[in-house]
Amino acid sequence: MARTHITTVINGDEVDFLAEDSTSLLNALRDEVGLTGVKEGCGTGDCGSCSILLDERVTCSCLVFAPEASGANILTVEGLADAGELHPLQQCFLEGAALQCGICTPGFLIAAKALLDKNPDPTETEIRYALAGNLCRCTGYDKIIRAVQEAAMQMKEQ
Amino acid sequence: MLSSSPSAQVFAGATDVVPQIRGGRQAPEVLVDLKKIDELVSLTSDDKKWTVGAATPTVELTENQAFSQEFPGISEAAGLIGSDQIQSRSSLGGNLCNGSPAADSVPAMMVNGTRALIAGPKGNRVVDVSEVVTGPGQTCLDSDEFIVEFEIDRAPSLTGDAYLRMIPRTEMDIAVVGVGARVTLAEDGTIAAAALALGAVAPTVVRVAAAEEALIGTTADEDTLAVVAAAASEACNPIDDKRGTIAYREQVAGVLAKRAVLIAMERAQQRNGDV
Repeated sequence: MARTHITTVINGDEVDFLAEDSTSLLNALRDEVGLTGVKEGCGTGDCGSCSILLDERVTCSCLVFAPEASGANILTVEGLADAGELHPLQQCFLEGAALQCGICTPGFLIAAKALLDKNPDPTETEIRYALAGNLCRCTGYDKIIRAVQEAAMQMKEQ
Repeated sequence: MLSSSPSAQVFAGATDVVPQIRGGRQAPEVLVDLKKIDELVSLTSDDKKWTVGAATPTVELTENQAFSQEFPGISEAAGLIGSDQIQSRSSLGGNLCNGSPAADSVPAMMVNGTRALIAGPKGNRVVDVSEVVTGPGQTCLDSDEFIVEFEIDRAPSLTGDAYLRMIPRTEMDIAVVGVGARVTLAEDGTIAAAALALGAVAPTVVRVAAAEEALIGTTADEDTLAVVAAAASEACNPIDDKRGTIAYREQVAGVLAKRAVLIAMERAQQRNGDV
């Protein structure tokens, strides 16, 4: 099958890649662009481990066909840190041990960033609803919620 | 394009289409992305109506304050479709055309008299949303037709709507029962017009005419609400599955119908003249 030339901005850099039309953006990011922070859990939009920001909206990249990303602005977990310095969310996940196996973590970080971008001071309930589309099979939810609360607090102080 | 390939499939957010392809339930030769057509991703209003593109992400309905104030029921139904990740992509057109009896936005659209503008090679036609879905996974659209946009008449003053659904967990599940309600009050505070629609309790979303008639001229007092609940339970023809038995779905439909009518009443009282 012919491959389509796709031009995007990923994590602030212009990136061109080729992908078959029926390829998911998730697979294109992993296999063509080399960004393996996006993970495939379910492949059906239920688990959120492939979450990215697509034009500033949190989206499951497994449900997006690669050509749909043409002209889009994408943020993956690889773009969260700033010049080697971890994002407060990443730092708080690390310090709060808000992960066990780590497969779900990039998706949680992106969904949490999407929440804090819109709502810098969320309640615990708002955090739980905003992260409802992300599954953690090591059942670390409480630590994840606390890490997001801590990051929100630190980011407000900055 | 749709006429040329019998297995061509249009999609909006693809939140249903991708899992269906992966699950082997369909294998389209051609996929057509409707989001590249401006009209299909719009959200506008004028004096007479709101126009919602068939592929407009549902997050835009929940984020748009003017829309949410006028149609809180549609907005809350849109906000219940999957996770934030899904709502960035899911659409009223997709939610309707997927043909699920449990589609959250459909009862909310129906009680607001929403119409679908359908485009095809023979021209455009306007169909009431209640007539689009003909059975589970089945619509009245020909294979070369698609929905362009939805039209919702501006809500008169003293009108309120609501959508409630029952799921076994807090988030991320398919409705066991979904109820959309809308009432318009007369100046004296009695109900002048009422609409009630149930999702997930029959092969398609159903209107409950007996409950609507019972509400007219009343203030939705306890006796009237008992009639509404009984009519809602009676209108059910549900499946029996792991998420809800027939008896459970029938009972919950009655309870949610009462609650939805009361919320719609309260909202109608608050929306006095500020259209």
